[in-house]
Amino acid sequence: MMQNVAIPPFERFYEEHRSEVFRLLRRRLGAERAEDAYQETFLRALQAYRRLEHGEHLRAWILTIAKNVAVDTLRRARPADDVGEQAVQDGRPAYEELAPLTDGLPPKERAAVVLRYGYDLSYHQIAAALGSSEDAARQAASTGVRRLRRRTSS
Amino acid sequence: MTIPTELDRRFRTTAAALGLVDVGFDVVESPVGDLFVAASDRGLASISYDADPERQLERLARIAGPRVLRSPASVDVARRELDEYFAGRRQAFDLSLDLRALPPFTLDVLRELARVPYGETTTYGALAARVGRPRAARAVGTVMNRNRIPIVLPCHRVVGSTGDLTGYAGGLDRKLRLLRLEGAFS
Repeated sequence: MMQNVAIPPFERFYEEHRSEVFRLLRRRLGAERAEDAYQETFLRALQAYRRLEHGEHLRAWILTIAKNVAVDTLRRARPADDVGEQAVQDGRPAYEELAPLTDGLPPKERAAVVLRYGYDLSYHQIAAALGSSEDAARQAASTGVRRLRRRTSS
Repeated sequence: MTIPTELDRRFRTTAAALGLVDVGFDVVESPVGDLFVAASDRGLASISYDADPERQLERLARIAGPRVLRSPASVDVARRELDEYFAGRRQAFDLSLDLRALPPFTLDVLRELARVPYGETTTYGALAARVGRPRAARAVGTVMNRNRIPIVLPCHRVVGSTGDLTGYAGGLDRKLRLLRLEGAFS
């Protein structure tokens, strides 16, 4: 077994990832809206940080939080009938290596499956990344897995 | 991509204001050099003469939790009182202290240390006697050396039994400077 990577002090984690997070948010939301989203992303991370179980895959984790904040921002800004399509477009995680396997799952299920089984994150971490409860994260992962099983067995 | 300074500042201030930080820190200028100052919701947690945060972050995280963040607002009160002290306008600090995880003997010694008045000195042996361990002068010296909150917990006021300065984690120059500021050493 690999030994768990220690969780870095938040300051170190923040300094390491803030540029990439800001770049991502600017790309998705434009300069102006990116600023609020940036703050929200790192506040969400702080909320979940104390209960992290290990320090692995923190980059994937914070980028997933940022993507979800971007989705929420766009959802708030758009008329209701546009939401579905936009969420699919922007909620899609960029884990290319796992893409062929989980492609086509709804965005939340896909993110939950990839973070759980691809990155071995806890449901607490996944919940923070998705902006949902732990139960909802667990549910999304298990529904996603069932969906994949149905697909591969048919 | 550089983060706009104002955005970074806003995040740090908001995080501290929302209580999402286990321990906030900043570097405070002083006549004895830059000080690394850190505070949690329990109170002042650390003052260090080694002001480079890089060398302090892990230590702070072990004491107070992993959410260590630079946020000037977290140490505003301590900064103001330190400024007043160095300007000669303050003789006693009115700050709550975060002394968690320290062993009972250390806490006893620090409690007695806090009672040593401004402008006066005591000895390692006298402090040891006051905590009921008259033969533990050396152990008291170790507690002074590891004092997490120098200046506020005035280990600079503790000297050898012959009156020599003995030692100071921040260097004897600083010890002498603090004692002179307080008028305890001409």
